[in-house]
Amino acid sequence: MELDFGPAVRDFRDEVRDWLADHLVGEFAEHRGVGGPTDGAAWEVRLAWDRELSAGGWLGVGWPEEYGGRGLGLLEEIVFEYEYARVNAPYRATVNALDLLGPMLLAMGSEAQKKRFLPQILAVEELWGQGFSEPGAGSDLASVRTRAERDGDEWVVSGQKVWTSFGIHADWLYVLTRTDPQSARHKGLSLLLVPTDQPGVEIRPIRNLAGQDEFAEVFLSDARTGADMVVGEVGQGWRTAMATLGIERGTTLLPQQLTFEREAEALIDLARERGALDDPMLRRRIVDAWISVRIMRTTNLRTIAELTAGRTPGAQATTAKLYASTRHQQLGQLATELAGPAGQIVGEDYGLDTRQRSFLLSLAETIYGGSSEIQRNIIGEQVLGLPKEPRP
Amino acid sequence: MDLTFTEEQDELRKVVRSFLAKHSDEANVRRLAADPQGHDPVVWGRMAGELGLQGLAVPEEYGGSGFGHVDLGIVFEETGRALLGGPYFATVALAAEALLRCADEQARHGLLPGIASGETVATLALTEDSGRWDEQGVRLTAAHDETGGWRLTGVKTYVPDGHLADLLLVAARTPGGVSLLAVETSDAPGLTRTPLPALDQTRKQARLEFTDTPARLLGPEGAAWPALERTLATAAVLLSAEQVGGAAAALDAAVAYAKIREQYGRPIGSFQGIKHKCADMLMEIESARSAAYGGLWALDAGDETEIAMAAALAQAVCSEAFTKVAADNIQVHGGIGFTWEHPAHLYFKRAKSSEVLLGTPSYHRELLATRLGI
Repeated sequence: MELDFGPAVRDFRDEVRDWLADHLVGEFAEHRGVGGPTDGAAWEVRLAWDRELSAGGWLGVGWPEEYGGRGLGLLEEIVFEYEYARVNAPYRATVNALDLLGPMLLAMGSEAQKKRFLPQILAVEELWGQGFSEPGAGSDLASVRTRAERDGDEWVVSGQKVWTSFGIHADWLYVLTRTDPQSARHKGLSLLLVPTDQPGVEIRPIRNLAGQDEFAEVFLSDARTGADMVVGEVGQGWRTAMATLGIERGTTLLPQQLTFEREAEALIDLARERGALDDPMLRRRIVDAWISVRIMRTTNLRTIAELTAGRTPGAQATTAKLYASTRHQQLGQLATELAGPAGQIVGEDYGLDTRQRSFLLSLAETIYGGSSEIQRNIIGEQVLGLPKEPRP
Repeated sequence: MDLTFTEEQDELRKVVRSFLAKHSDEANVRRLAADPQGHDPVVWGRMAGELGLQGLAVPEEYGGSGFGHVDLGIVFEETGRALLGGPYFATVALAAEALLRCADEQARHGLLPGIASGETVATLALTEDSGRWDEQGVRLTAAHDETGGWRLTGVKTYVPDGHLADLLLVAARTPGGVSLLAVETSDAPGLTRTPLPALDQTRKQARLEFTDTPARLLGPEGAAWPALERTLATAAVLLSAEQVGGAAAALDAAVAYAKIREQYGRPIGSFQGIKHKCADMLMEIESARSAAYGGLWALDAGDETEIAMAAALAQAVCSEAFTKVAADNIQVHGGIGFTWEHPAHLYFKRAKSSEVLLGTPSYHRELLATRLGI
């Protein structure tokens, strides 16, 4: 099924296709499909690819031109993401700034912040890390303890952050801090932009279960940043942070879903090679894997169609993450099983092939961006209107 | 790309839902369930006269309104939500579609206007004692008689609303293969119809015995199977929409109860055990919705390969989703959900019988596997 968005964007689509065909070559082409939200493989190549995209004007397709974007609409963003995923281009190294921080600054940042940071993001000059989670505050962001105090023209920040994706590469962090020490829960939080190149910031890599140093813990000891580096209002950091988390829309699920589709096709090929299609039990699981990716696709298309029609997306936009993350794990389990004993052998220095890496990293998908348990709470409380859990 | 509904379609849903809230509320559902006929001709007439539901997707040249299957799917989602009793599925999803697919322009002109106007209750008689929905399952025979007409001999069973249909479209084996024949029951010697008491009382079934019963051949002899297969695919998608509606109603009931029923001093819906179950029910429903809507859009887009795949996928997914959600609704309700008085079992039984109505989920997975080439 080919997506057709009508004649209005067909020229744009052709432009994207042509550019990708001309530029996704050589080393970039060799790294097709490499990387993911928690997979920092081939970092330097991917960074170079991001710079190639930037030079071609493909970063910030929907961002205003005054900040270096293309000033196009949601439909063009979707078309770009779809074509990008279709050719399986490398996962963008700067996705954190492009998909989360950038849209947050556009929505809630000051004019000075937008002018200062957005063009740098699009030029791939500055890399960003997110400082929301803490050792004591994973899903429960309201219990953030990292504190920030005003000292003249500066904020002084102390505390510890964790699970910062690609943190070791970050030039800047956007950090949720408690600016009112007397405050409880989500009141009295502020969102600060903090440079990492200073003595008060220490970033240590954390090795993930796939053997990669893809996230980090961040230690802030009297780290400093300017008074004007608060995004939104002081004390309103909870609202700002929630808006960031709400920004992930159907567009970000598109590339993921196309990756799953490729994996499902590879799984069917593998099953055929290994003669597993005659086994009725395996056959059923293989069909179910195919069904899952097909459902993901239609669900995403529903959300995209609603967004582009100016409608509020239905409940499927909220349940999609839970579905995709759990089904992707099942797909990985099955693929690994079908690969048999050979699929259990890794390369030198715990070198993983694409299937092994995708399977192991899929274990993170039911945790990051709100664990499945948190997703079920959100669905129960915000979509179905069930009473909240009692909270102290 | 129009994978979302228009304002007109939202309006259609609203009108149908409000009509059914009045005419297919729990009291009426139970009344029809207890009635061996299970059919309310007054409501049937109003569905046709006021809302045009029987002819919604019948082309205008045959007396209908010429809307698409996305529109018709909206109606089925609502009839499923309301557990509408009576022959709507049999008449519209099975019989009208079979007529539209058969290569017999004269029959279409002759028979469809009666369906669209609500005068004719019709059904498709396909399954036999084997319960099979494939070509090999068709054993009942039709033979030429001395006048050049056709006569049916054999048994059809599990025929939805076969006990009251005015028009039977019968799949029969003729020397050339599988053919489709029409029998008008008002004038059908040698036809015995026996209602079958069913687990799901909200959708009636019958056993039909034909002994040298005169019938009219529709389209060329022996060439009906592809049209019947396509009819089954269409009906599978419409049944999926009905299942989504039923599942949504079951979830609504579970959520409403979880908000008011208290244990240990607070509503049970505040406990994760219940809250997470309800969230999973919604996830099942939204996935099923994608499967059903994908099928409806495929029907209106008209790509035959895509229709066959989308229909099998929709039946596999929506059947299981409805059964699971309807069972979970009983669980959320606890003891009260296990009583005859509570409507939860009506949805569960409809779910289970719908699951096998057009072939089991395993059967549809196998169809899908075959079509995928695996």
